[in-house]
Amino acid sequence: MKPFLTLVQRDIQLAIRQGSALTLTLSFFVIAVTLFPLGVGPELNILARIGPGVLWVGALLSCMLTLDRIFQADFEDGSLEQLLIGPLPALFMVLAKILAHWVTSVLPLILITPILAISLNMPIDGVVAMVGALLVGTPVLSLIGGVGAALTVAMRRGGVLLSILVLPLYIPVLIFGVAAVEAAIALLPVAPHIMLLGGLALGALVICPVAAAAALRLATE
Amino acid sequence: MAVDLHKYANPKRFLSIIGAIYPWAALLTVGLLVTGLYLGLFVAPEDYQQGDTVRIMFVHVPAAWMGLSIYTMMAISSAVGLIWKHPVADLSAKSMAPIGAAFTFLSLVTGALWGQPMWGTYWVWDARLTSMLILLFLYLGYMAIWESFDDYSKAAKAAAILVLVGVINIPVIKFSVDWWNTLHQPASVATMEGPKIHSSILTPLLVMGAAYMALFTTIYCVRVKAEILGRRLRMLQINQIQE
Repeated sequence: MKPFLTLVQRDIQLAIRQGSALTLTLSFFVIAVTLFPLGVGPELNILARIGPGVLWVGALLSCMLTLDRIFQADFEDGSLEQLLIGPLPALFMVLAKILAHWVTSVLPLILITPILAISLNMPIDGVVAMVGALLVGTPVLSLIGGVGAALTVAMRRGGVLLSILVLPLYIPVLIFGVAAVEAAIALLPVAPHIMLLGGLALGALVICPVAAAAALRLATE
Repeated sequence: MAVDLHKYANPKRFLSIIGAIYPWAALLTVGLLVTGLYLGLFVAPEDYQQGDTVRIMFVHVPAAWMGLSIYTMMAISSAVGLIWKHPVADLSAKSMAPIGAAFTFLSLVTGALWGQPMWGTYWVWDARLTSMLILLFLYLGYMAIWESFDDYSKAAKAAAILVLVGVINIPVIKFSVDWWNTLHQPASVATMEGPKIHSSILTPLLVMGAAYMALFTTIYCVRVKAEILGRRLRMLQINQIQE
C-alpha cells in the first residue's frame, strides 16, 4: 500500500509543481463551456436545455487534453521501466498513475462545475445530480484514457490517435451522465443512471488497469 | 474432443486450407446472393404499410448481423494471437477489420435510406443507431492503430488489446433495443420464443444472412492470404538486405 500512495503522491506533486497542467485544463474547460452561450445565444431556456450536455462534453474533452501526460514523461526519461520492474505490481502502478491523473486534472473540473452550471441556468437539483454523476462517471474517463495513453505512449504523434481510440469508448459515460442530470431536472429518479455509471466505473476498474499494464509492457519491450 | 489447433496454425497448411475453401465459398456466395436477392426483391410479399421499402431490410439486417459477428470473431482471433502469440491469428484479425467496417457502414447507410421514408428522417440518435456508429468508430480505431506502429508484432499486440477492451460494446449493441425503449424495433428473429416474423420474410432474410457469411468468407480468404504473403515478402526483403 505504501509504494502505491508514494507513487500517487509523487505524480500529484509533479503535476502541481509543473503548475501549467492544472490551470490549463481548468481554463480550457471554463472557456469551452463559455463559448456555448456565445454561440447559441443567451436565451435562458435554451441554455438550461443544453447545459448538461455542454458540461459533460466539456469535461470529456478537458480530461482528454492531459491523458497523454499520464505516462509520457516517465516513458521518455526511462523511469517507467524502473517502475515496471519495481516492487509495485504493474497493475497498481498503472492504477496509481490513473488516480493521480484523476485528482489533478478531473477533480478541479468537478469543483468548478457548480458555478458553470448555475451560469447556464441549471436548477439546484440538476447541479447536485451533475456533481454526483461527474464524481461517479469521470473515473471511467481516466481509466479508459489510461489504456489509450498506454497504447500510444511510444508513438511520436500519439495524440490524434489517442482521441480516436478513446472517444468512442467514452460515449456510454456521456449518455448516462447526461441522462442523470436531465432526470434530476425533470424531477425523476436519478439513482438508476448513477448506478449504471457506477457499474461502468467498477467494470472499467477491473478491465482497464490490466489492459493498460499489458500495453505498457509492450511499449517498453 | 481435443482438437490440435496448432496443426492449423502453421501458415503453409493454413494457406492450403484457405486455398481449398476459397473457390467453394465464392461459388456459394454467388448462388446464395442471387437466390436471396431474388426471394427478397421479387417473391417476398410487400408490407401492407411500408410497401416495397420493406425490401431494404433484406440488405440491412444481415449486414448489421455481420458487423457484430465479425467484431466478435476479430476479438476471438486477437485473444488467440495474444495468448498463444501466434502471428497467423493476428493477421487473421487484421484482415477481418475492413470487411467488418464495410458491413457496419452498409447497415448504417441502408438503415438511413429506409429511415427517410419510414421514420421521416435519415438519422435518429437512438440506442441501436448510436451504438452501431460507435462500432464503426471502433473498427476505424483498430485499423488506425495497425497503421501507426512500425514494428509488426507491437502493432499486433496493441491492436489486440484495443479490440479486447472494445468487445464490451458488443453485448451493449446486441441488447440495446431490449434495454432501452427506442425507435429502432426490438429483436424479431433470434428471440427466446422463436422468430416473430412470417416465414415468407424470414426465409429470404436467412438466405441473405448465409450469403453475407459466404461473401465474408470469400473476401477473408483473399485478404488473409494477401496478408500472409505480404508478411513473407517483407521477411524475405529484410533477409536480403541483411545479407
